[in-house]
Amino acid sequence: MAGQACVHCGADCGKSPVIWDNKAFCCHGCKTVYQILHEKEMGEYYQIQPMSGIRVETESSSNKFAFLDNEDIKAQLLDFTDGTISKVKFFVPSIHCASCIWLLEHLDTLNPAVNYSAVNFPRKEVYITFRNDQVSLRQLAEMLAAIHYVPEITLDQLEKKGSSKTGRNLLVKIGIAAFSFLNIMMYSFPEYLPGGDLLEQDFKDVFGWLSFLLILPVVFYSASDYFLTAYKGLRHNIISIDIPITLGIMALFFQSSYAVFSGHGIGYMDSLAGLVFFLLIGKWYQGKTYEALSFERDYKSYFPVAITRLLNGVEEIVQIKTLKKGDLILVRNQELVPTDSRLVKGKGNIDYAFVTGESVPVPKQKDDFIYAGGRQVGSSIELEVVKEVEQSYLTQLWNQKETSTRVNTLDNHINKISQYFTIAVLVIAFSAFGYWLSESLETAVFVFTSVLIIACPCALALTIPFTFGNTMRVFGRKGFYIKKTDVIEQLHKTTTIVFDKTGTLTLSRQMSVEFKGDEISKDELAMIRSMVRHSSHPLSAALYHKLESEAGFEPDSYEEIPGLGITGLIGKTRINVGSKQFVTGSGEADSSKESRVYVSIAGEQIGYFSIKNVYREGLQSVIKDLGTKYDLHLLSGDNEAERDHLQQVFGPQATLHFNQSPSDKKTYVENLRKARKHVLMIGDGLNDAGALASSDTGISIADDVFSFSPACDAILESAKFDQLNSFIGFTRTSFLVVRISFVISFLYNLIGLSFAVSALLSPLIAAILMPVSSVSVVIFATVATRWLAARKLK
Amino acid sequence: MLLTVNRNFITEMSAIIFLIVIGIIVAGGFLIAFVWAVKSGQYDDDYSPSVRMLFENKQSKPAESEEPSDKQEKDNPDPKQ
Repeated sequence: MAGQACVHCGADCGKSPVIWDNKAFCCHGCKTVYQILHEKEMGEYYQIQPMSGIRVETESSSNKFAFLDNEDIKAQLLDFTDGTISKVKFFVPSIHCASCIWLLEHLDTLNPAVNYSAVNFPRKEVYITFRNDQVSLRQLAEMLAAIHYVPEITLDQLEKKGSSKTGRNLLVKIGIAAFSFLNIMMYSFPEYLPGGDLLEQDFKDVFGWLSFLLILPVVFYSASDYFLTAYKGLRHNIISIDIPITLGIMALFFQSSYAVFSGHGIGYMDSLAGLVFFLLIGKWYQGKTYEALSFERDYKSYFPVAITRLLNGVEEIVQIKTLKKGDLILVRNQELVPTDSRLVKGKGNIDYAFVTGESVPVPKQKDDFIYAGGRQVGSSIELEVVKEVEQSYLTQLWNQKETSTRVNTLDNHINKISQYFTIAVLVIAFSAFGYWLSESLETAVFVFTSVLIIACPCALALTIPFTFGNTMRVFGRKGFYIKKTDVIEQLHKTTTIVFDKTGTLTLSRQMSVEFKGDEISKDELAMIRSMVRHSSHPLSAALYHKLESEAGFEPDSYEEIPGLGITGLIGKTRINVGSKQFVTGSGEADSSKESRVYVSIAGEQIGYFSIKNVYREGLQSVIKDLGTKYDLHLLSGDNEAERDHLQQVFGPQATLHFNQSPSDKKTYVENLRKARKHVLMIGDGLNDAGALASSDTGISIADDVFSFSPACDAILESAKFDQLNSFIGFTRTSFLVVRISFVISFLYNLIGLSFAVSALLSPLIAAILMPVSSVSVVIFATVATRWLAARKLK
Repeated sequence: MLLTVNRNFITEMSAIIFLIVIGIIVAGGFLIAFVWAVKSGQYDDDYSPSVRMLFENKQSKPAESEEPSDKQEKDNPDPKQ
C-alpha cells in the first residue's frame, strides 16, 4: 500500500484517500481539522513542521466533556476565576512538536474568547486564560478536541493540583551555593599566592568574616537536605552516603570557623562551598526526570471524572466518587464503567483492552456483573452500582500497593560502600588522632579534622548520579523511560523475569486471520469484506484488514447485533458473520479456546475464520537471550490455547501459568519475592498493576508512552521490545563504570589522606584536590557511559 | 601611635573594601535575579520559549499580544492557586 501521506498527520492514506482542497487525508477527522485551520488562515501550522497533526482513531461522543458543566468539577479544575476571566490548565498528552506549540498558543485566532494561551512543553500542559462569559469550560475542551488536541482530565488532577516545587528549591540552593563559592574563592585567593603569609592581619580578618557570613546560608540552607537524610538514615540504622558527607561538612565548617574566630584566616571555607555546590549539581542532574510521563498512575488517573446518574428518570452528571451502592448510572458508547456494577438495561459489549490488553469486547446480558475499567462499545447501557469506586475489585488491588511498597530502596549499593567507607574513615581519623596526641593535643585535633575533611566522599557521591543519570538519559532517547535512577540498580539485580501475555507479548491491535472450512471463492471473500467494513468490532476490523480481496460490494441492508454478529444483504444474498451461536443457530456456546468468526452465505455455512493475536516482532530472540540469564515465568489471563506454542518459545525450563486473575498474578509475584528472587515484572494492562507494584521492578509496555499505563518503575515503548535484553544488559555496564569511578575516587582519597595523617593538609591542598577529584570523576562517568552506550545500544 | 596605624589601615583598606562591597552588591543582584527567575517558573520549561521566539506574528496586533504574554507567563506557570 503505497498511498499518499496524509497532509494532516502523515499517516498512509491507503487506497482511497479523502480529498479536500486537492490534498489527501487519511480520514475525515484529519480533513475536518485541516478545514477548521484553513478557515481561520492558520495554515502556518503545517509549515512549521509538515504533517504535524494528530490522528484520532475513534471520534468520541458529543457528551464526552459534558461533565465540565458541573459546577463542582469546574470549581476544582479552574486555577482562577473572577466571574468573567478564568484560567485553566489542561494536560494534553498529544503535544509533540513546534507546530503544536504554535497552534495552542494561537487559540485566540480560533476563538476570540480566549485571551491568552501558553504551552509548557516538557509537562505537555497548556495554560489558557479565557472569558468565561463568552465560552464555557466545556466548549473550550471541545474546541481542543475538535483540533485533535484532546485534553485529558482525570480524577487525579482534581485531587492534587499544581506541580511540586522541589525542583525550583534545588535550583535556588544551587544558586546560593554558587554565589558563596565564587565570592569566597576570591577572598581565599590571596592566601594561595606566593607571599600570601605576608597578608596583613586586617585583611585576613575582613576576608575571614565575610566568608563566614557567606558560608552560613550554604551550610544551613543549601546543605540542609544532607543533614536531614543522614539523621533519618541513622534513626533507621542505615549508614547512608549522607553520613560521611555530613561529617565532612561539619568538620570543614567548625575547623574553618575556628580559623576565622581565632584570626588564622579563612580556613577551608572555599572548599566547603565548592563541595556543597558540586554535590547539589549531582543531585540536580540525577533528579531531572521525565515530567510528562507519569509512573505513579493509579485508578484515579484512569477513570473518568464524572458519569451520568439516573435519578427518578432524570439524567444528572455527578462525580464518580459520590456514587453510592444502588445508584443507577448510564454508560454511553465509548465511556468507561467506573465501578463494579450490574447490567440493568441495554446490551453490554465491554472492551477490557486497558484492563487485560485483550481488545475483543465481551458481550454482557442483563443482570451480568461488570467489573470496573471496561469500556462500553455500542449503544448506551444502564447499570446499577454494586460497589463504590473505592471498593471496586481493581481499585482494591491498587490500593493494597501501600502495604507492599518497597522499603529496600535505601539498601542499595552505594549505601553498602558508604558503610565501609565511614567506618574506615573513622578508624583512620581516630588512630591518627591517637598517634599525634603524644605530640600535642592541638596537632591531634587538626589531624583528626583534616582526615574527615579530605576523606569527604564528594567524588564517591557524584559517581552514581552521573553514571546512572547518563544511563537514564541514554535509555530515554532509545525509548526506555525509567522513573528514577534507583531502577537501574534494581534491574541489575534481577534474577527472575515474569511476563504478562496479552498486550505484552502480543500486539494489542493486530491479529492474524486464517480461514478454516470449505473452499471459498474470491467473490465470497469480497462480499465478506464488504460486510465487515461497516462494523467497528475489533474482529471485523481484523478481517477487513487481513482479507486481501476488493471490497467492491455495497450491502443493500446491514444490521449489527452487538455481541453476536452482523447480517446483511448483498443483492439477494444474505450474509451472516459472527459468533457460532449467531451464524449456525446452535444453542451451545462456542467452546473453542480461540477467537472464531463464523460465516454463512445464502443460508449455507461455509466455515469460520480463526483469529489469533500476533506476537511481537523479535519475541523469539528476546526470550531466547533472556532465557540464558534469567528464570522466565509467564502469567496469562487467557486460556491454554497457546500453551504449546509458548512453551516452545520460552523453552522447557520456563514456568507458564494460564487463567490467572489479577490477584493471582500479584500473589505469584509476591511468592517469588518471598523465595528471595529478585523479580522483574513486565506487563501492560490494569490487570497487571498489582503484580507490577509488588515486583522489585515493574516495566510497563506502551504503544504511546504518554497515554495511560499502570503504575510502574519504567515504561518501554512497545516498538523497542526487541531491545529489552540489551537495556537490562546495559545496567551491568553502568555498574562497571560506577566501580571504576569508585577506584578513581579512592586513589584521590589515598593521596589526600596521606597529607592529612601526616598533619600536612592545608586549605590550598584541599582547594585543589577536592574539585579536581570531583570533576575528573564526573567527566569519567559521563564520557564512559555515553561511549559505552553508543557502542552497546542500538 | 595606635591611632595612626588605624588611620593608615583605613586609607589603605578603603579601596579594597569599596571594591568588595561593590562586588557583593553586583553578585548579590545577579543572585536575586536568578532566584526570582527560578521562583517565577522560567526554568520550568526549557523548550517552548526557544521555539516560541521563532514564530512570526503576522496579524495586526503583534505588539498587543506580545506584551501581555510576557507578563502572563510569570504568573501562569505557577498555578499553585
